[in-house]
Amino acid sequence: MTASPSTGRVDRKHLMTSVEMAHFVSHGSFRLDGVVPESMNERAIDVLDTGIEPHPYGTPVEDAYPQGGFVRELLDLPAVAGALQSLVGPRPAVDHHAVHVRPPHGGNAQDMHGDAVLDTRTDAFDVQLMYYPREVTLEQGGTLSVPGTHLRRINEGAIGRYQNLRGQTRLTCPAGTVVFLHHGIWHGGRRNDSGQPRYMFKIRFNPTVRQLRLWNTDDIDDPQVRATLATRFEWANGSQGRLELINRAKLWRVLTGDHDFDLDYYLTRERIRPTTLAPGATDPRLGAGGAGDGWGA
Amino acid sequence: MTTTIETAFDAPLAEPHLRQQLLVLYLSSSALSSTVVGWTRYDGTGASSPTMGDSDEAPYDTGVEALVDGWRLLQMSQLQPHPRGEEYDTGYLPFEFLFERIVSIS
Repeated sequence: MTASPSTGRVDRKHLMTSVEMAHFVSHGSFRLDGVVPESMNERAIDVLDTGIEPHPYGTPVEDAYPQGGFVRELLDLPAVAGALQSLVGPRPAVDHHAVHVRPPHGGNAQDMHGDAVLDTRTDAFDVQLMYYPREVTLEQGGTLSVPGTHLRRINEGAIGRYQNLRGQTRLTCPAGTVVFLHHGIWHGGRRNDSGQPRYMFKIRFNPTVRQLRLWNTDDIDDPQVRATLATRFEWANGSQGRLELINRAKLWRVLTGDHDFDLDYYLTRERIRPTTLAPGATDPRLGAGGAGDGWGA
Repeated sequence: MTTTIETAFDAPLAEPHLRQQLLVLYLSSSALSSTVVGWTRYDGTGASSPTMGDSDEAPYDTGVEALVDGWRLLQMSQLQPHPRGEEYDTGYLPFEFLFERIVSIS
């Protein structure tokens, strides 16, 4: 079948695996290194320098990026289309897009932030596709993100005081890399200290279907699924890490439809509220008590 | 007799050669001896400009280590009750400790 995000006809072999989806749920990201062919990466620079027309929020892919255009070609790459369909389903809506070019030796580091605004959804998510047509080196100051932060509810730049967290990652990647980020992940663009401009093209997608088992679930029973979901991060190495596991288990329930799924028994234990009376509790006589004897009695 | 706010706040510093440096540590629990999971610095000397993503290595392993190194604790976050029904919700880092030290610029 043809790979096409606008028709949803993506061959199953190009969809993400359960282990990869578990990685997205625990880390908040999924990357495809060097997935875009060099011939396209070379053309991309002119396309991004020229700029890409904006469109209203919620525009269907086929309207935002017509067949024959560069962006549609990018989205129709089998691995890209497969990941997009696995994460937000067929025929997603385009929220918005932006071209980010950091000039040589230019720009200041952004404060850490989450995109958009405090997002109340726990049963759906958007993804942000980030395409890097050129190699990103450490010196070029690629995007810094903090794996595992995507399920924490914060309001955009309110976390600007957080300069560094243990386990943070600075993106370095070969040309033609595409990264998908959960909309809630904490991140920020870093200063470009190199002599080369840094290019990145970002598209935010909204799902138009319920995000239920959209990936290739053939490996759903692979022990690596649970192990990947239970990944611990250094910035959440105490009680906060346990809350992260709980919230990942909740999201995995949403994505799989398995309402009994759990990590470390947390969600299961809280449901232990027996209503059956034990035999020894059937004696109807009550001890003294009632409302008490009254003040000074 | 009163003066304008601008004039009052333009009075010379009592110790004009001193400046404040701030260190914010995020710890893994409310214990000052617990592990540093995040850190932020502000430099009142103007000599440096700490910023997001400027280091991967924490300046201290624990909050107590900062005390031992001469930082003075100004504030620690309070333990907040968990609203019923929101016990599992997560957001901002809960264990924030603000330190200062006064340094000379002369």
